[in-house]
Amino acid sequence: MAEKRTLKRFASVFLASSLIVGALAACSGKEGTSTAGNTSGESSDVIKIGANLELSGSVASYGSSIGQGAELAVEEINAAGGIDGKKIELVKVDNKSDNAEATNAAVKLATQEKVVAMIAPATSGNVIATTQIANQYKIPTVTASGTAPNVTENEDGSINEFVFRTCFIDPFQGIVAANFATKELGAKNVAIYADNASDYAKGLAASFKEQIEANGGTVVAEEAYVADDTDFNSTLTRIKSANPDFIFIPGYYEEVGLIVKQARELGIEAPLMGADGWDSPTLVELAGSEALNNTFITNHYSSQDPDETIQGFVKAFEGKNNESPNAFHALGYDTVYFIKDAIERADSTDGEAIQKALAETKDLSLITGTFSVDEKHNPVKSATVLEYVDGEQKFNSKVNP
Amino acid sequence: MKKSKAFWVYIIFALVIYTIVQVMISGGTLDLYYQNILIQMCINIMLAVSLHIVIGITGQFSIGHAGFMAVGAYFSAIATMNLGLPFFVALIIGAVAAGFAGLLVGIPTLRLKGDYLAIATLGFAEIIRIVFLNIDYVGGAAGMVVTNMTTWTFAFVGVVLTIFVIANFTNSRHGRGAIAIREDEIAADAMGINTTYYKVVAFTIGAIFAGLAGGIYSHNFFIIQPTTFNFLKSFDILIYVVLGGLGSLSGSVIAAIFLTIVSAYLSNFPETRMIIYSLVLILVMLYRPTGLMGTKEITHLFKFGKKGGSKV
Amino acid sequence: MEWIQQLVNGISVGSIYALIALGYTMVYGIIKLINFAHGDVFMLGAFIGFFAITRWDVGFLPALIISMVLCAIIGVIIERVAYKRLRSATRIAALITAIGVSFLIEYTMIFFRGPGLETYPEVLPNTSIDVFGVSVSSKSILILIVTIILMILLQFIVHKTKIGKAMRAVSLDADAARLMGINVDNTISATFAIGSALAGAAGVIFGAYYTRIEPLMGVLPGLKAFIAAVLGGIGNIPGAMVGGLVLGVVETVVSAFGFSLWRDAAAFIILILILILKPSGLFGKNTREKV
Repeated sequence: MAEKRTLKRFASVFLASSLIVGALAACSGKEGTSTAGNTSGESSDVIKIGANLELSGSVASYGSSIGQGAELAVEEINAAGGIDGKKIELVKVDNKSDNAEATNAAVKLATQEKVVAMIAPATSGNVIATTQIANQYKIPTVTASGTAPNVTENEDGSINEFVFRTCFIDPFQGIVAANFATKELGAKNVAIYADNASDYAKGLAASFKEQIEANGGTVVAEEAYVADDTDFNSTLTRIKSANPDFIFIPGYYEEVGLIVKQARELGIEAPLMGADGWDSPTLVELAGSEALNNTFITNHYSSQDPDETIQGFVKAFEGKNNESPNAFHALGYDTVYFIKDAIERADSTDGEAIQKALAETKDLSLITGTFSVDEKHNPVKSATVLEYVDGEQKFNSKVNP
Repeated sequence: MKKSKAFWVYIIFALVIYTIVQVMISGGTLDLYYQNILIQMCINIMLAVSLHIVIGITGQFSIGHAGFMAVGAYFSAIATMNLGLPFFVALIIGAVAAGFAGLLVGIPTLRLKGDYLAIATLGFAEIIRIVFLNIDYVGGAAGMVVTNMTTWTFAFVGVVLTIFVIANFTNSRHGRGAIAIREDEIAADAMGINTTYYKVVAFTIGAIFAGLAGGIYSHNFFIIQPTTFNFLKSFDILIYVVLGGLGSLSGSVIAAIFLTIVSAYLSNFPETRMIIYSLVLILVMLYRPTGLMGTKEITHLFKFGKKGGSKV
Repeated sequence: MEWIQQLVNGISVGSIYALIALGYTMVYGIIKLINFAHGDVFMLGAFIGFFAITRWDVGFLPALIISMVLCAIIGVIIERVAYKRLRSATRIAALITAIGVSFLIEYTMIFFRGPGLETYPEVLPNTSIDVFGVSVSSKSILILIVTIILMILLQFIVHKTKIGKAMRAVSLDADAARLMGINVDNTISATFAIGSALAGAAGVIFGAYYTRIEPLMGVLPGLKAFIAAVLGGIGNIPGAMVGGLVLGVVETVVSAFGFSLWRDAAAFIILILILILKPSGLFGKNTREKV
């Protein structure tokens, strides 16, 4: 008796649970067709651009920044009459800073929202989680800040046809920084202190190391930290005792600000250098303008650049968001204009036409530089080396690829 | 006789569900978006049920389940991507590796009780994650790019297998031993039940199926990174079990299904998603601390009606 | 020299862990709840201090006190609204609620002000004092002093005041305490108030020392502080203090050997070893004092 009851119970547990799955599947199926019907109806007068961004979770600040930049660009474009009279509609979806959710968001944008193009997530890992979806549904996808080379180029050398980016790739900035260190600053013994939780920083560190060794320099210390750390004193003490004459710190301003501050407090006087991840007014607040003297970054542009378009962007952004734009804001803004330019040249909202136009982009002038797209779908643009002087970014030199 | 009958009923229903969904997929009614939600639902059900055996049945409070999921995800990904093994072999490798990890973690920690056990499992899960973060062979922080191999079939078979094994375990001698530990460990010990043995067995089985879920997960989402398996993931799994009712298998399943849908729906409201989520959690705990189902199974609801007829 | 420098670094980190750990240890001692939201009260404390300094232009000490008072109130509200009903519920239910409260605080904060970070203004004199080649910043000395003062104050409250006596009684046996005429609810609230005030103080100190504060800053320090509390013997006040300092120094030493990426793992390994080998912590005795 007892045995029979438990068996029956067990059978019916499964029965019930599988019924639920089935029922859900059934009703979700219906839902699917109905939304599809809706979107096709309204797609004639608006151009839907999806934004698959980190709006919550660990790297929410990057995703939100790109979103803010993109929103400003969309507002401007719509105020100026849209693309061929069609307004852009930005469909933002949160990927929670999670790979799986990034895939989900991309699938959702592709199948439910039927977007014309997508802005891919901010971090390379999350972008990779969406590339196969982009290729499968033939939706041109542009990442504003996914800098890892394998975002557009697969390991076997094939290109992700529908994936593009607005930013440099990691190796380029690393090489620029290494050449700057040896040629301009005469550095021989360098230290590298990289953010190990980000593939961006690791990529930069690797290419920097390769180039500096090719230039005849020695890496005397190679240390790493993890994003969200706040205390860097112990590792900095270690670096200090290795006595480097130059320290390369690829990473993001949240940590770098503290690293620069703590390094100077520990009495490290060597020049410090980083990349576009440093670019934010917050860096100056965190580190203090004095500590930032004798530090350099490679960047896409300078928000202090007197250029009219750049200042126009900075003003418009400050007016809308009450803060100064950082590199993510600028890249998000540019990404929308990059897509807009391609749609205009393609004169179509067809995925393959836009893809072709994106790949053929030539000498497009945007906030973060004038660029053409190469055969690996990377923008070829010059990098700017900036120096911090009393908290202000000062233009140092421009390096062409 | 009767056992085989229940078994066949189970198999037939599983087949029916499978066929319906498969027909809808081939017919194009379910596009990739819904397929993806269904696969995720399957993964979440497997995770919930595999934690249910640890928390719900054996009463051992583990909040480090994502660690075993990570082991399964990484080992199966290594098997397919680096060693070129077939997907189902990779899934087995992932599950076995996770089971082994469960054994290694379980033997020392299961002597602990309550909150201490919870924190120790959390610690182990974080250590597992940090280990993957520091191994360049699996890509370190940048993660591992994994080809998409998971299909609805694999995911559904995984769920069927998980529920089958764990429901069977619950009704076996082992399961009754485990339930005795949940109800009163000291009394169970006094009755001559080898408490450590049953706890470790349940924990290892839980880890095996978490590993299987991890393997299916890693081959569905193109890339795995250590950060995916942080302790927030463990909490997600824990929430399925707790919301569904501690000790209720069907409750865990329902909660996993429900929260997967809620999560998919709330992705339209990114800013408020986590607030609603946490409020629901607090309210359920305050007003129904045993979870939605308590220790009841969904079949208990039908039992009253069926009692007369089925008592053959 | 490098090693003395590292020791100084470790103590600076450890004193912040210690301050947070004190609140953990008190709350756990009295209601056996791992208050996951404690790390978020620490975060709120940092933000309250920040707003006090930037909006009302107060100095470091007034900001510290404002933050402590407001955090005490927040702690009592959390206890009254969320935890009070759960006194008789299972430990798991209580822990899940604590996790829920933690998420709620974090994401409400993000909802209202975004996920971005905030930079603390320079409120403390910052000069590096050079002692035999070891540079010690005046800030870290000040922080250590504030931490020690707060701990002495806490010891005084627990041992010399009526409410402290009540706390000890409730932690020993809540039912017996109630029979003796102690208002258990108020005593528990008082424990939360004191613990949260300390977390608030830790928040302001953290902000002044490290400059960077953000809505999710409480998660990891919260966990670490819990480890510190377990290390020192949970429920034991001097234990939490020593546990925090030891954890800070251990983490620093791990980084100093070049294993900075394994630092968090080291903290968790310590936790597990302590739990398995000596669950009562470094200072646990058979009849350990609990508050």
